[in-house]
Amino acid sequence: MFDTALTANDFIFLAKGAWMTILVTIVSVIAGTVLGIVFGTFRYQVGPIWAAPLTFVLDIFRSIPLLIQLVLANAFLGTVLRLNLSGLTIACIVLSMYCAAYCAEIVRGGIEAVPTTTRRAARSLGLTWWQDMREIVLPLATRVALPSWIGLALGVMKDSALVYVVQVTELLRSTQILITRLQEPLLLLMICGAFYFVISFPLARFGGYLEKRWSHD
Amino acid sequence: MIEIENVRKSFGPLEVLKGIDLTVQNGEVLTVIGGSGSGKSTLLTCINGLEPIDSGRILIDGTEVHAKGTDLNKLRRKVGIVFQQWNAFPHLTVLENVTLAPRKVLGMARAQAEEIAVRQLNHVGLGDKLKTYPGRLSGGQQQRMAIARALAMSPRYMLFDEVTSALDPQLVGEVLDTLKMLAQEGMTMILVTHEMAFARDVSDRVAFFHQGVMAEIGPPAHIFGDPQHPETRKFLSSSRQ
Repeated sequence: MFDTALTANDFIFLAKGAWMTILVTIVSVIAGTVLGIVFGTFRYQVGPIWAAPLTFVLDIFRSIPLLIQLVLANAFLGTVLRLNLSGLTIACIVLSMYCAAYCAEIVRGGIEAVPTTTRRAARSLGLTWWQDMREIVLPLATRVALPSWIGLALGVMKDSALVYVVQVTELLRSTQILITRLQEPLLLLMICGAFYFVISFPLARFGGYLEKRWSHD
Repeated sequence: MIEIENVRKSFGPLEVLKGIDLTVQNGEVLTVIGGSGSGKSTLLTCINGLEPIDSGRILIDGTEVHAKGTDLNKLRRKVGIVFQQWNAFPHLTVLENVTLAPRKVLGMARAQAEEIAVRQLNHVGLGDKLKTYPGRLSGGQQQRMAIARALAMSPRYMLFDEVTSALDPQLVGEVLDTLKMLAQEGMTMILVTHEMAFARDVSDRVAFFHQGVMAEIGPPAHIFGDPQHPETRKFLSSSRQ
């Protein structure tokens, strides 16, 4: 017989889905942010003309729906290149690029927000380009970019729900499986939503905490 | 010694320095006056190597600033510059603003850098603001902090680019007093300023710039008392009004 009541095992099943969501999000946001910093700094540094090819590629990742990217990447990497990658790996690769494309814009905006006169003052004291980047630009740009970056990280977390198309059973997919069995969509979606909230809340609060700590003036 | 030889510099089609020749001796205080667009601020940023030049050369203690092999970061340790906009590093305390370059550029230990910074900040009257963030300081205090920040590198030369122009009138005095003190201590300085009384007071020589040319240079008594160039006369009479 089918069990139609919500059991502890179902919660464990959901928690496993939630863990997959967290895993995909953490990997993609970290990789995407590192790449985004590299791409964004490069775009700022070389100017719009030399950065045009990179900008074009990033625009592709920003403008095509994630669902399509996942399906196409899965087909391309698996069927065309015949790489034996797990769904999780493909999900992380695609979401990382998706995150990087947005992050590059945030990084560029953050760097541009640092007044050139401030950077000039740093260089006039004898700081090298790297020292200026590390000591002045990085901390100041981070303050400007943080709210957008938190938004991006939360967005990637929620968008990770789409990775079910490459056979990754994350939180929303787990919920759907339970809905099919238990026929309790509202209750299960509420539980699923609560899971999402519990995942995002610390990140949002952490962002708020940093913003508060950094506001000296 | 700072030697400027036939320096030319253009921004696009606009030539802002049209062959400047000037030598500043050690211990000398030179003020540069002139209307806006006369090229005086550009000259300072060229001396520091922040701007490239088109021709001519600038030598600091015999080292050519714009030569290919010159280590500008090293050269800049000798030449402090303070700008019109004080450009505080807003994420660092006053003390950290001043210790940053000695620690990162000179490789000083924190304790030693702080000792120097505290001395310089006391010198400019900010000894009680060490842990304050620049956002909480007045413009005059921020500008004095910028001066202490440059001095902490123990530069041999100091360049001041209209450092009082962006300040409220009641804050100008405290910054000028700081500059005067430095001049009396024998610091070699080039100051671009609009404060004529101050220029007359502290300078060994005054240079008048007009449309990218150094029209006249001489002791303050000559420039202010008996200017030879018609443009100098015109400029001085208009700035007295």
